[in-house]
Amino acid sequence: MNIVVLTKLVPDLVEELAIDASGAALDLAFARWIINEFDDHALEQGILLKERGGGTVIVVAPDLDGADDVLFTAAAKGADRLIKIKGDFIAANNHALARTLTAIIKELQADLVLTGVQAHNDLDGSVGPMLAECLQLPYVGYVSGVSINDGKSAIRKEYPGGLLAEMEVTLPAVLGIQAAEQPPRYVAVSKVRQAMKDFHIEEQDASDLDPGGAPEVGRMFQPEAASHAEMLTGEPAEVAEKLVNLFKELGVL
Amino acid sequence: MTQDIYVIIEHLRGQVSDISYIMLAAARELAQSTSGKVVAVLLGYNAKGLAKDFATDQVLYLDHAALADFTSDAYQKVLSDLIGREQPRAALFGNTSIGSDVASVLSMRLGLPLVSSCRNFTKDGKFVSQICGGKIMAEGDLPAPTALITIVPGGYQPDQGRSAESPSITEAGVPALDALRVTLSKYIEPEVADVDISKEPLLIAVGRGIQNKDNIELAEALAQAIGGVVCGSRPVIDQGWLAISRLVGKSGKSVKPRIYFALGISGAPEHVEAITGSDTIIAVNTDPVAPIFNVARYGIEADMFELVEVLTEQVKAAKG
Ligand SMILES: Cc1cc2nc3c(=O)[nH]c(=O)nc-3n(C[C@H](O)[C@H](O)[C@H](O)COP(=O)(O)OP(=O)(O)OC[C@H]3O[C@@H](n4cnc5c(N)ncnc54)[C@H](O)[C@@H]3O)c2cc1C
Ligand SMILES: Nc1ncnc2c1ncn2[C@@H]1O[C@H](COP(=O)(O)O)[C@@H](O)[C@H]1O
Repeated sequence: MNIVVLTKLVPDLVEELAIDASGAALDLAFARWIINEFDDHALEQGILLKERGGGTVIVVAPDLDGADDVLFTAAAKGADRLIKIKGDFIAANNHALARTLTAIIKELQADLVLTGVQAHNDLDGSVGPMLAECLQLPYVGYVSGVSINDGKSAIRKEYPGGLLAEMEVTLPAVLGIQAAEQPPRYVAVSKVRQAMKDFHIEEQDASDLDPGGAPEVGRMFQPEAASHAEMLTGEPAEVAEKLVNLFKELGVL
Repeated sequence: MTQDIYVIIEHLRGQVSDISYIMLAAARELAQSTSGKVVAVLLGYNAKGLAKDFATDQVLYLDHAALADFTSDAYQKVLSDLIGREQPRAALFGNTSIGSDVASVLSMRLGLPLVSSCRNFTKDGKFVSQICGGKIMAEGDLPAPTALITIVPGGYQPDQGRSAESPSITEAGVPALDALRVTLSKYIEPEVADVDISKEPLLIAVGRGIQNKDNIELAEALAQAIGGVVCGSRPVIDQGWLAISRLVGKSGKSVKPRIYFALGISGAPEHVEAITGSDTIIAVNTDPVAPIFNVARYGIEADMFELVEVLTEQVKAAKG
């Protein structure tokens, strides 16, 4: 059972986001890249499946700042093979990525491909379902539980309000993971250091990045709020006092 | 090739989802700039009646036993057939558990352009998408020939997509639906919870800014002092710090308390869509440009760990 986990690096939203000189794209020259949070869940789900039923977990990351860290951390958690894809990913859209990943995943003979359900910077859909289509495989997203029985997968798909649907999906398949069955495990830095010694990162070149299918952006801007919050300022004790008065005004105290 | 705007209706166990009405409203705006019709596309099994309050020029109804409940494979087959054949100017899908399983696949299968996370259209028919947790908007011309678009809430009200008059319904053909690779086994109901946050008048909501499970106690203490209930954003629930019944947002519950007190929540669209029914939102965040301040009535740019304990003490004192 080959379980491939795809990881994406995204700009950290805690940092300030800037728009570049063209006015139509993010200025990513100084971005801090972090793993898409749903990929942590995809990896956790992959490792859980391996722990339960055996198999090989192969983790794939694009070559951006932080990729080695993502890959070695995955190894420390239990992944078996690490692959870094070389290419110019900063400007690549999801259509291009899906096409590029197709050849790589084919070669890995994946039984199951786990991706994060989506990423915050998507403008042209998600890689998971597009990759599934390129590979002629079924896709289900918003998944928060997977088990494998007799060459089929039983998955739990999330709907609003906590409703779940249990679905049967033939393998091989691509699944978009929203949450793993348990919180992503924590791994000590010392174990990541050990993984750096024990593991080798394989490198593969991205084929041509064909961007067809993504929309052209004319302009990017920061949203203007219709109304901005009235800010309460002062030392903590003063702010607390203002809040207490507000609670009284609003009739809850 | 037509100038019509298709809306792929979403429904779950006999109930049409709000996003469907939001999409009908969005389609109306877009159809004005393309001079086309709004066409609601309804897939189901004996489900024609669901269309009775759609604000649309026409309903295309596709009926098949395999369409009784949503599965990605069946919807992909039916919609690639329909959209490939009819070539509307655009097809709108929800950026949801249903629409997101279909739109990206169709983009590759039919070789059609795809725009995701569109919040609204401009008067001249440009898409405006909301990305980066609500911090950035991206605007562009509607791609040709048929634009596949996933819609997020926020730009239109569901009521704008409802009508008192029933629309005219045309049945359309369904391709063979055999050898489906995805099948529904059953639904699993949410567990019955100790409290129903959608009915609570005073919510203390915690986000990733709370840092760890132990710190939840700070929020609990404040909630207890003031007589409220603690709830949280998705990362807090996914880390196991709060029960899933306390999840506020797109995948959790929508809430409408008198006060929604948000601690360390950035205000991502998936969270905000479920709190706009609150009377008064008060937000505490260290980031002065956190999107939560764009929906809050009152804001405090501060470290919650410096504020919450002091506040809890003062609330206790005020209560005497
Ligand atoms: C399909 C899908 C469904 C989703 N459904 C939901 C959902 O139902 N509900 C939901 O909430 N999210 C949902 N999300 C996730 C959503 O996109 C955001 O990732 C999430 O809401 C962010 O949660 P947060 O604001 O707690 O964390 P973050 O975005 O990480 O924000 C943390 C905030 O805390 C602030 N902060 C840090 N330290 C402090 C401090 N000491 N004092 C004060 N402030 C501090 C930071 O400035 C930051 O603004 C969904 C996502 C997807 C893709
Ligand atoms: N450059 C990439 N390399 C590997 N996996 C990716 C890449 N981009 C996206 N993915 C996968 O697709 C998921 C969803 O991201 P997105 O397609 O941007 O919505 C990510 O969480 C990854 O699992």
